[in-house]
Order: sequence, then C-alpha cells, then structure tokens
Amino acid sequence: MVEEVRKLLDKRLRSIKDLEKLRQSILDSKDTGRMTISVCGGTGCRAAGAEAVVDAFAEEIERRELQVKVNFKETGCHGFCERGPIVVIGPDKIFYQRVQPDDVPEIVTETVLKGDIIKRLLYIDPATNKEVAYESDVTFYKKQTRLILGSNGEIDPTDIEQYIAANGYSALSKALTQMSPEKIVNEITNSGLRGRGGGGFPTGRKWQSCRAVSSDTKYVICNADEGDPGAYQDRSILEGNPHSVIEGMIIGAYSIGSHQGYIYVRNEYPLAVEHTRLALEQAEDYGFLGENILGSGFDFKVTINKGGGAFVCGESSALIASLEGKIGEPKAKYIHMSEKGLWDKPSL
Amino acid sequence: MDTTLDFTTVQTILESNAEKVEGLIESYVDKKEQLISLLQDVQAEFNYIPKDVLVRISQKLDIPLSQVFSVATFFQAFSLKPRGRHTITVCLGTACHVRGGQRLVDKIERDYGLKPGETTEDERFTLETANCLGCCALGPVVVIDGKYEGQVNPEKLDKILKKYE
Repeated sequence: MVEEVRKLLDKRLRSIKDLEKLRQSILDSKDTGRMTISVCGGTGCRAAGAEAVVDAFAEEIERRELQVKVNFKETGCHGFCERGPIVVIGPDKIFYQRVQPDDVPEIVTETVLKGDIIKRLLYIDPATNKEVAYESDVTFYKKQTRLILGSNGEIDPTDIEQYIAANGYSALSKALTQMSPEKIVNEITNSGLRGRGGGGFPTGRKWQSCRAVSSDTKYVICNADEGDPGAYQDRSILEGNPHSVIEGMIIGAYSIGSHQGYIYVRNEYPLAVEHTRLALEQAEDYGFLGENILGSGFDFKVTINKGGGAFVCGESSALIASLEGKIGEPKAKYIHMSEKGLWDKPSL
Repeated sequence: MDTTLDFTTVQTILESNAEKVEGLIESYVDKKEQLISLLQDVQAEFNYIPKDVLVRISQKLDIPLSQVFSVATFFQAFSLKPRGRHTITVCLGTACHVRGGQRLVDKIERDYGLKPGETTEDERFTLETANCLGCCALGPVVVIDGKYEGQVNPEKLDKILKKYE
C-alpha cells in the first residue's frame, strides 16, 4: 500500500494532501501490535559495541523469519551511554543494558517471543541494589520529560518515513498553509522559547529582528559545532532525529524569508554528519526541501558544512567566518547577526 | 612556506592523481566558500594535504594562496605532512582528560616517540588528539582508524596498538 501511494506521488510530495495521504498509508501499513526491538545506535553505544549487537539481531530475526512479527530498529542516542549497548523491548519497554551479541538469541527467545525478563541483563539501581526491569523505572530516566529528544528511542533516524509516521513535518504543513510568517514569529515569541547556547536570547526577538530587515538574501544557520564536554545535545538530536532540526529550520526560513540554510556540524561527530546528510537527501527527495515546498510556492535549501576541529567556531562570528571559507577567528560584533551575518546578510 | 609556483612539483602530483585532484577541485568551482569542505575531501583522499594541491586549489578557485594556507593550518583536522597508515585519536575532552586521557598520550610518546600531530618514521601511526568525541561515559576514549575503544588504560592501549601494523 505504501509502495503504491509512493509510486503514485512519484515520491516528491506536492501538497499537504499528498503528505497526509503518505502518512496515513505508512500508519495503515504498520501493525501496532508488533513487538518492537530498539537498539541504541548513538555514538556512545556504538563505541561500546552496539553495531555487533545490531548485526546479531538482524541475523537472528532473519534466521527465525520474524521480520513480519517483530519491528526491529536501530535508533538514535537513548541518553544512558554509560550502560551501553542499550536494548529496549517494546511495547512495555523492558530495559536491557550492556548487551553483547551472545545475549541476542536468548533475548529473542525469552523476551521477544515469550515475554519473560532476563534478569542478568537488567540495570541494577545503585541506591537500592535492586534490578530495574522497565525503562521508565530507571532513575536516570525517571525524572526526565523529553521534549526535543523525545522521539530518539522511537524512530530510525535514517528513515524519513518513520519521522513522518510520528507526525513529523505536520508543524511545517500547518505553518505553510494556516499561518502567516508574522503569526509564526508571534507564536514563537509567545512560547517564550529561548536560545540554548548559554546566553538564552529570546528566539522570538531574534526571528522578529531578522524578519524586519529588508534584504533579498537571508540565511538560516544551524550551529551544531558543540564543544561542551559531556552534554552533546546537538550530537544526540542530529544523530537521532535530524528531520526535526530540518523541519524547524524550514519554518524559521519561511517566517523570516530565507531560501538558503546551513548546518555547521563538528567533524568529530561522524555519525551526526552521516545522518544529517542522509536526512537532507531524503527531505529533498520527498519535497520538504528544494523548490515549491509542499506546493506552497516557498523555496528553501540546506547545505551541510563540516567543522575543521576548532572549538572557537561554535561562536557565531567565528562560525560565519569559517562558513565563508576563512579561518574561524571571532571578531567583534557591533551589529547583531540577525541584521548583518553571513556574507553581511541577515542571518538567523 | 615557499609560495612561488613550482610547476615541476605540481606536475608530479597531476601526473599520478590528475583526474582525482582536478575532479575534486572542479566540483567546488562555484563554491569557493566551501574551502574547508574541499580541504576535508582532499585530506580524505590523500590522508594529508599535499602542498601542490594547495597551490592548485588557489589557482583554480582564484583564492589567494595565503588564505588557503591559513585555513589549512588553522583547523586542527588538517595535516600538511603525510600521515601514517593508522591514525590514533586520543580524546582529551574534559571528561576523558579527568579519567586519564593524558596518560595515554604520554604512553604513546614514550613508546613510539610521538607527540600529537606527528607521524612515526615508518609511517605506521599518526597521533592526534580531539576535544570531546561525544561519548564521555566510556572515557578515556581512543579512536583508531574510526574504531572507538572505550575505557582505555595504558595497558589496554598497548594491546590494541599491537593489532595495527
């Protein structure tokens, strides 16, 4: 069914209707009752050997011909890198940690097919010394409310259709069809959203001032040159849910009147680079980027730039210098980037 | 650096890798601003950035050689010297540093006479350091030819390095 709709649409979506049709067909093709196996494929878990675990699952599922019965995916970073490789078995979200390839056949037999929990793979709460069976009971996750990273453990970042099925690009279709650029900026201002870079600059005010400048050319820049050790929210989101970043950039571009965007990501994050590149290709194929996005008449393109390994390039003027192909040295800023940024053009 | 255009050396690189070099630079002709990406591609191809290629980039993209040179030397990721068969990257981000990343750098210096940025004479290893690779939970982290090794100590490092000839 999905195949048919896709063929009919020739992949590139030309209107909001096309998008909804595709979303519905993806959802219809999914058997919601299926068991899910989600293996964390973030940098932390990969470094701990997750790729071998992924291969072992793929092999085991094929050997037992469970492809239809089980929904198996490698997702982005789950966050609890210290206990990686992490495997979560749904729908109840049984949480296994430090999983090795040898454990895989047992997990499939006991947990996936019978629903039994394998005690040896459970996380032991250091405070109580008791085993914790479900993800939501792990102290690390217990008090977290995940907004931006919420879908990280749920979707395969290399497959745009999983993002679409999880209501992805619906904010974009709303913005393009039901809201004027002014209204979007107002909405952002009213939401109280602020920058995440430390300065906490109000996002709405930034968008407003960038929108207010009259210029033929404006740029949207996504700064993913993250240097703070141990935080890596940029890494996690680009690795685990790159389409959410792209969708946000398109909405921002539409509201300020920009047609070119850049994602500047550290080269030290090869997986984030790879997933972002793939996501950009897919978004273009499906008609979320390029000309006449979803039939709205709005054009926007995004280019990915890899950083050269200089910490200072996370600072906006240094980042812009390096986007212009110069050495990434910061310079004094007398005018906001939103008025005079990349190539001296207003930049968001 | 010698900035005069030495066509004999340009010739040698073009002889053995003409198509590759020209093709790479060609794809950036209208994208001067992506100089950093181009240099990354060159480095991925040759493992370092040959001087002749720097000169060729400057000529073809009409960017002053001084600018190409300054970009190639500013960013940590670029090397103007040939690199070893295996690249060891030791993470010295805060978390790995606290967990003993520096001891690994010291060990490599002792055993192989390598300082960060240098290559062994037999071109076996190049040592590099990085500032946070994004997997602090596994620190100290060492990456060899793209393969991540977590919770490395000097002893473990020794065993790992022996696998790479």
